[in-house]
Amino acid sequence: MAEAMVDAQGLTKVFGTTLALDAVDLRVDPGEVVALLGPNGAGKTTLLKLLATAIKPTAGGGRVLGVDLSKGRDAIRRRIGMISHNHHLYEELTAEENLKFAAVMHGMRVDGGPIFKALTEVGLDGQARRKVRTFSNGMKRRLVIGKMLLFEPDLLFLDEPHNTLDQAAIALLNGYVASVAARGGAAVMATHNLSRAYGMADRFVLMRDGAVVRRVDKRGLSADQLRELYGRYAESAEAAGTEGVRQGP
Amino acid sequence: MVAGLLRRTWAMTWKDVTVELRARERVNAMLFFAALVLFIFNFALGPDREKLREVAPGLLWLAFLFTGMLGLGRSFQAERENECFEELLLTPGDRESIFFGKLAGNVLFMVTAEALILPLFGILYNLDIWAYLPSLALVAFLGTVGFSTLGTLLAAMTAHLRAREVMLPLLLFPLTVPVILGSVHATEAILAGQGLGQVSHWLKLLCGFDLIFLVVSPLAFEFVLEE
Repeated sequence: MAEAMVDAQGLTKVFGTTLALDAVDLRVDPGEVVALLGPNGAGKTTLLKLLATAIKPTAGGGRVLGVDLSKGRDAIRRRIGMISHNHHLYEELTAEENLKFAAVMHGMRVDGGPIFKALTEVGLDGQARRKVRTFSNGMKRRLVIGKMLLFEPDLLFLDEPHNTLDQAAIALLNGYVASVAARGGAAVMATHNLSRAYGMADRFVLMRDGAVVRRVDKRGLSADQLRELYGRYAESAEAAGTEGVRQGP
Repeated sequence: MVAGLLRRTWAMTWKDVTVELRARERVNAMLFFAALVLFIFNFALGPDREKLREVAPGLLWLAFLFTGMLGLGRSFQAERENECFEELLLTPGDRESIFFGKLAGNVLFMVTAEALILPLFGILYNLDIWAYLPSLALVAFLGTVGFSTLGTLLAAMTAHLRAREVMLPLLLFPLTVPVILGSVHATEAILAGQGLGQVSHWLKLLCGFDLIFLVVSPLAFEFVLEE
């Protein structure tokens, strides 16, 4: 069995007196796209941030890309990419300058070639010298994908990636995530958009109040069945803390 | 490793300067504020030359520090927009380069403001600062480095606080008392005609403070960024 891209156990995060994440286990294998589903405050973003090494867990640990979460943060950061609803771009810089800056800060030595190639692949080659402030949301998201093409991450973390995107940008994003999975990478996506998640993911992890309440495999599962499970487990107060594992419908 | 640190530091400074040159939010506000401070005190104190000479060093540093504070308060503005802080956090490699890049930008903006404040100060307060310019510039630079070093660290600490505009000066001014004291007294002595040799004890204090915080602040910055 190939080494897991993510193998975390008992991940717990407490902010002050608030338990944001409660002993969450998660395994993601190469080639998989896993969707974390749940309402606001379910702990999806906190889990992504922990796995991406943006914050440290209060308890628990695990391995990301075969590297210990607590010991190899730099090694993990070199091989991951984050796409969130905040696009992490500097508005006063041009598209080209944003990519150049991100590349240098990522420890890469790139000249204009790879940057122009990335911009071309996301259809922004004609906008390279335009300030990001003048871009539409869809163009900004395309630029973020261009940044990912430059970094070539093995593991993608996506936090509500479809927010405010037009259809063309959604298609580009979905295509990019599928291409990462197809080359043996993986993606973990936090969202509350069930139809988008259903279209992209292979497995679903339903969360509520910082805990995993249900794990569902996509095989044989219809979108309506996923919606029903979501309503029953992630949105239902009685379900909190009762995790079940389900293979198919 | 050093080459990587320098490259990242330079990229950070270049980014801050480029953003500022295009947005013109920080330096414009700093200069306008400094000019206001100098004008207001000029009107308030009147034409008494002796009185002006007495309070001039304090006034000059009041303008420098308040202006610097204004700049520091906005130094992480670009990172707050669109959560760029998170992106920086997820970059592999050292955190010192982020700190030194930010610091270089802050020093540059403050020195630029000071270079424009100083002549205005000389004209408004009818002081012959030109004869003492090299000595004044040295004191201003040492004071600016100390103030900006601690200021950059505290600006990062308070960047995500709702009351950051209040918290930053409340934390920074008490901690930079040695810098303020050293800078004001050295400036006072220089404007009174004393040479650098006669203010060496103040310069040593400023150098010591700068050195300590140039070592300690980047180390603390890592913890500030991580949690």
